[in-house]
Amino acid sequence: MKHVIPLALLATCGFAAAETPRQIADGYAATQAAGFQPSAQRGGEFYSRKFGVSEKMPACAACHTEQPAQSGRHAITGKDIKPLAPVANADRFTDPAKVEKWFTRNCKEVVGRECSTAEKADFVAFLMEKR
Amino acid sequence: MQRTLALVAMGLISFPALADRMPIPADAPPAFKAECGSCHLAFPPALLSADDWRRVMGGLDKHYGDNATLDEKTRRPIEDFLIRNAGSGRRTMGAGVPPRLTFTDWFRHKHDEVPAAVWKDKQVGSAANCAACHPRAEAGSFSEREIRMPGGYRHEHD
Ligand code: HEC
Ligand code: HEC
Ligand code: HEC
Repeated sequence: MKHVIPLALLATCGFAAAETPRQIADGYAATQAAGFQPSAQRGGEFYSRKFGVSEKMPACAACHTEQPAQSGRHAITGKDIKPLAPVANADRFTDPAKVEKWFTRNCKEVVGRECSTAEKADFVAFLMEKR
Repeated sequence: MQRTLALVAMGLISFPALADRMPIPADAPPAFKAECGSCHLAFPPALLSADDWRRVMGGLDKHYGDNATLDEKTRRPIEDFLIRNAGSGRRTMGAGVPPRLTFTDWFRHKHDEVPAAVWKDKQVGSAANCAACHPRAEAGSFSEREIRMPGGYRHEHD
């Protein structure tokens, strides 16, 4: 019996739950009013928009580049960043906790606030379509 | 013979461990490489003092113009690991506030032959971008033999 409890705990915590980009986008979309559809076009505009909050990181594209299916480069440290589009990097948008952590960090820096769940749904939709 | 003596003498006055191999110590928590290696190289802990690591890990929300916040259950084991493996003495002196291992006397001394134009090269961007010139930095190798500088500059290792 002792052994059952930790296993049950793991299961209910959704420990390292692997998902698909589609499931992650749908999860964000589900928080919106009925009829909301994630839009790759809105996501693409958001991706390239210059928010003017941070001089060194004006847009998501500042590090992830205008070609998210290719490697990016950190705007301050110069380190290579693996492609953000799932077509080029199958690990992307499969780990909800990782996705949330980076949305929180990068949105605060670039946009100056947290991104809304609608913006996140659009962003993932854009990257899923990117070839 | 003279060369051997010189090498032995150099060995005595420099650091006990070989400077060109700095692998990440084996007791690193799994989160260290994932969290501290995502925006830049996961730096070798021996390059800052314990006090400086405390300073770095105590202010992750304001991290050199970036935000590297972690939840406490991830942050704590990383801080403990960095402090356990921190450096001391000349290697960590001069890091300043906020602490930069690229400001230490040791780092400057090791890089006194790097031309100013190379530091400014777009491919480098920052002295903390170790991998721009040390292609095997990720594996903890900084050997002079492996150095490749952007912009076609050559380093003659001696
Ligand atoms: C300063 C550089 C930088 C900027 C600007 C930036 N990012 Fe990132 N982003 C990173 C780094 C570094 C990672 C993590 C490295 C890795 O996983 O390869 C990352 C990862 C991500 C991830 C995780 C994806 C996954 O599943 O692995 C998301 C989502 C993300 N960024 C969204 C954004 C959004 C949205 C913006 C604009 C609001 C943005 N980023 C701007 C550097 C940046
Ligand atoms: C969100 C991105 C990000 C993450 C995550 C991150 N850092 Fe940094 N770090 C930076 C940036 C940006 C700099 C400044 C680099 C520069 O000025 O060239 C930096 C600089 C540093 C420096 C000073 C380097 C120097 O000598 O110039 C240290 C030390 C450091 N980070 C340690 C850490 C540790 C330890 C962690 C893990 C807890 C970590 N970093 C996680 C972005 C990050
Ligand atoms: C612009 C290129 C460049 C960058 C960036 C750079 N280095 Fe170096 N490094 C060199 C060169 C060139 C040498 C040897 C020449 C000299 O003596 O100046 C060297 C030497 C070294 C050595 C001594 C190797 C030996 O055999 O004794 C170490 C250790 C080292 N670097 C670590 C680092 C670390 C750690 C970083 C990142 C925080 C870094 N370097 C960033 C170019 C660079």
